[in-house]
Amino acid sequence: MALFDINVNGQTHQVDVDSDTPILWVLRDNLKLLGTKFGCGIAHCGVCTIHLDGDAVRSCSYPISAVENKKIVTIEGLSENGDHPVQKAWIEHDVPQCGYCQAGQIMTASSLLAQNSNPTDDEIRRAMNGNLCRCATYTRINRAIKTASKEM
Amino acid sequence: MATIKTHSNRRSFLKLSAAGGAGLMLQFSWFSGLAKNNPNADAAYDLNGYIKIGTDGTVTIASPNPEVGQNVKTSMPMIVAEELDVNWKNVKVVQAPLNTDIFTRQIAGGSRSINESWDALRMAGATARHMLVQAAADAWKVPASEITLDSGVISHTASGKKAEFGEMASAASKIEVPKEVEVKNIEDFKIIRHSQRNVDGPDIVTGKAIYGLDVYGDDMVFASIVHPPAFGMKLSSFDAKEALSMKGIYDVFTIQPYPEDFERGRFDVSAFPELIVITGDSTWRIFKAKKTIKVEWTPFDSHEVKFEGEDASDHKVPSGKENTDDHYAEMLKKSKENAKEVRKDGNPENAFSNAAKVIERSYTAPYLAHSALEPLTFYANVTADKAELIGSIQTPEYMEQSVARRLGMSLDQVDIQMTRIGGGFGRKLFGHYLLEAAVISQKIKKPVKLIYTREDDMTFGAYRPTYHAYYRAALDENNKLIAFHVKTGGIPESPLFANRFPAGTVDNYLAEEWAIESNITTAAFRAPRSNFMGAVEQAFLDEVAELAGKDPIEFRLELFERAIENPVGEKNDYDAERYAGVLKLVREKSNWVTPEPSTGRGVAAYFCHDSYVASVIDLKMEDGKPIISKVLCAVDCGIVVNPVAASNMVEGGSVDGIGHALYTILTLKDGMPQQHNYNDYHLIRNYDAPRDVEVHFVESDIHPTGLGEPPYAPAIGALANALYNATGKRYYNQPFMIDVEEKYLQKEETV
Repeated sequence: MALFDINVNGQTHQVDVDSDTPILWVLRDNLKLLGTKFGCGIAHCGVCTIHLDGDAVRSCSYPISAVENKKIVTIEGLSENGDHPVQKAWIEHDVPQCGYCQAGQIMTASSLLAQNSNPTDDEIRRAMNGNLCRCATYTRINRAIKTASKEM
Repeated sequence: MATIKTHSNRRSFLKLSAAGGAGLMLQFSWFSGLAKNNPNADAAYDLNGYIKIGTDGTVTIASPNPEVGQNVKTSMPMIVAEELDVNWKNVKVVQAPLNTDIFTRQIAGGSRSINESWDALRMAGATARHMLVQAAADAWKVPASEITLDSGVISHTASGKKAEFGEMASAASKIEVPKEVEVKNIEDFKIIRHSQRNVDGPDIVTGKAIYGLDVYGDDMVFASIVHPPAFGMKLSSFDAKEALSMKGIYDVFTIQPYPEDFERGRFDVSAFPELIVITGDSTWRIFKAKKTIKVEWTPFDSHEVKFEGEDASDHKVPSGKENTDDHYAEMLKKSKENAKEVRKDGNPENAFSNAAKVIERSYTAPYLAHSALEPLTFYANVTADKAELIGSIQTPEYMEQSVARRLGMSLDQVDIQMTRIGGGFGRKLFGHYLLEAAVISQKIKKPVKLIYTREDDMTFGAYRPTYHAYYRAALDENNKLIAFHVKTGGIPESPLFANRFPAGTVDNYLAEEWAIESNITTAAFRAPRSNFMGAVEQAFLDEVAELAGKDPIEFRLELFERAIENPVGEKNDYDAERYAGVLKLVREKSNWVTPEPSTGRGVAAYFCHDSYVASVIDLKMEDGKPIISKVLCAVDCGIVVNPVAASNMVEGGSVDGIGHALYTILTLKDGMPQQHNYNDYHLIRNYDAPRDVEVHFVESDIHPTGLGEPPYAPAIGALANALYNATGKRYYNQPFMIDVEEKYLQKEETV
C-alpha cells in the first residue's frame, strides 16, 4: 500500500491503495465517484472513460501510480450544472437507453470537441469507435455530437 | 369517456386495476426512501400504489417495472399522469419497489411492460382523479359531475371555485375507491402520444443515475467468483494459499448456489453446481487475487436438474466437453433426419412433386453472449430475519421466490429493490447472480456486493442458442407459391413458430422441428427464437420472390392478400392486414421500386411480440464490409405511448440485430468458450453502425404492444437481402462477415 495524492475534478484527494490499482477503482471504491463505470477492464469498451489532462483515457487500464501530478476530470466534474454542450445535446436528442455507457461516451465526445470543435461525420465515428453502446444508440450519439459542436 | 369496472373483490381489484383500496393503507418502501429526500414527505398523501400527492402539489408517480433501457420509467408514469390529468412537468417519477400485491407483472421481458400494464396504469390514474374530484365536490358541496379537472387544477365553473391537487390530497386519500371509473378517449390524450424525454436523462448525463454496480452499503464486503473454464466440468479441489496471503483478501470458499435437490424456478439457469468465492476489501484486490487461485476441475456425469412444478426428467444435463465444429455437424445431420411435425396444411409432398420450380436453402446462427455492458453484479445484505437485495434484475418477482426458498425465508423477509439496469437483453432475467450474492451474504453474515469480471460474464453461459433452419418452397408454372416447408431446430431448443407467416398464406404447408441436448446453458435473448426465424425466413422469401420473378414486397403482399381473403388453416398468429400495412408504409416511405442489381437495397418484415415491423436497408460495400447508409423502419405497435423513446427502441433494436448478424459469434472448444472479452468478442461499434435509422409508426388506436424486440429480426432479414443485392452473393450463415461455412461447416462429410 502507498499514499497517493490525486487531483480529481479540481479537488486533491489522498488515497491509500496498491500502486497498480486502476484509477477506475480508486474513483469508485475509494472516492465513491460512481459515474465512471466498469465494463471490460482491458480498455476495449470505453465505459470507464475519464479526462487525464484533457485527454480521454480508459481509467480501467491506467494505474494510480501514473496519474500523480495530472488533472483528472470525471463525468461528475465535466460541468458544474450538467450543462456542458455535450450533456445538453445528449438531453436534447434523448440519447440514452439503458444509459450505462453514456458517461463514457460523453467524456470521449467532450474531449474530441475540445480538440476539434467542428469534426466531420467521419472524424466523429472514428473518435467514438472505442466506446461500445450495447443498446446501439450510435446514430443519436453522433447527431448529438454534431449539435454540441455548434456550441463549442 | 369509456367506463371500466375496477372490480369489487379487493384482491383482484388491486391486481387488475392496481389502484389502492383504502387510500393511506398502502405504504411502500419507496415512500420511506422518498421521505429521506423530501422533508415535506409527511405532508403527502398516497392515493393508491402508484400516486402520491403532496400538500404542496407535488405529484409523485411510481414506475412499477424494471428499467433496462426500454424507457418504461418514463412511459409507464406518463400513462398514469394522462388519466390523472396532471401537468407532466410537475410529476416526479420514482422506481416502485417489488410489490406483487399492488403491481401487475413487474418484469422487464417479452416486450410486455406496456402491453400488459396499459389498463392497470390507466386505472391507477383514473381512480385517483376520481377521488380528487369527489373530495372537491364534498368540500364545495356541489355535484361531482359539475367539476372539471385540467392539468392539476380542479374547478367548479358555476361557483367559481378552484383548487390545486395539493389542497385536495388529504381529503382525496380518504375517499372510497370507485367501483368503476371513466378513462379518457384516446383522442383527448395530452401526454400519451407526445414525446417526453427520459426522466432519468439529467442523472444519466451527469453520472448520478444508480445501476446495480453502484450500490455500496455500509461495511460492505466485495466478492467475486471463479467458475469452471469449460461447460461439463465441476470443481474438484482448489489451492488459495497465495490469494489469502495477498493484501485485502478476507477469505476464499465455495458455495452451491443451486444444491442438487433444490427445485429451481423458471429463471434459475446455471451450468455450474459449485463456485469458488473470493472476498476482500476492494474490487481490484479480489480481481487480482482470484487469478492466483489454483483449481482442479473434473468432468461431471450426466445428471438431472429439478425445476419447480415441472417434470425433472425434462431437464437432463448431458456430460461431455462440447465443440462448435461438432455442434454444426450435429445440426446438419439432424436437419436431414425425420423431425417432429408441428403443423401440416394440405398435401405438401404432393405439391412439391408436382411443382414447376422448387428451391431449398439452409441457414445457421451461432451462440451469442448477451454481454450487457454492466456485468453481472448484485448487492445483498442477509441477516437472520431479512434479506435486502439491491441491483439490476429483469425478474424481481421470480427471483424473490427463488431466494426465499434458497435462504429458507418467507417472501415477506426478502426485499428486492430495483436500480436502473445497465443493459439486459434477456440475460438479467436469469438471476443466479442475485441468488449467489444472497447465499454469500448469508454465509459470511455481512453485506456483500458480488461482481463478475467481463470474462466471468462472457464465459458463464446462458447464451442465445445456436440454430439451424432448412426451408423449401414450390412454385407452379404461374410462379404462384404452392408449397412451403420449414424444418428447424437448435441446441438446445427449436426456434419454430409454426403458426406465423407464411402459414395461412399457402395451401400446402409443413412445419417440423428438432432439438439437440447440451450442457451449454442458454437464455432468452432479445426476441427469443424470433431473432433467428424472422431473419432467415425473410431472407429465404427474398430468394423465392426472385425465383418467381416478382418484386419482394409485391410477392409478400400477394401472400397477405390470400391470408386476408381466404386464410389457410384455423390458427394463424398474426393479423394479415396489419402485416401488409407496415410493408405498404415502408414501400411508400422508402420510395421503393424493385431494386436494380448492385444498388444494395433489401427489405424484410416480421411479426413478433404482438407488433409488426418492416425494414428497408440501403448499403454499399467498402473493402469487403457493408457501409449501411440507411435503415428505414415502418412499425405497427398500436398506440405509441412516447414517440421519441419508441423511435429510440426501434433504432437500437435494428442496429443491434444488424451488428450481431454481421460480426458476433461465440464458439466453444472442449467445452471452453473461445471468446472472453471485447477484444475477441466482436460487437458492432460506432464506425460500422448504420449512418441513419429512420422510423415511421402506423397511426393506430389499438392497445399498445411490444417494441423492444420486434425490430431486431426484420433488420437482419433486410440486411441479408441488401447484401445479396449489393454483392450477388447470398448470406446464409451468421455472422455474415465470418466465413462460417469454411470454418465450421466443412465437417459435414465426416459425421
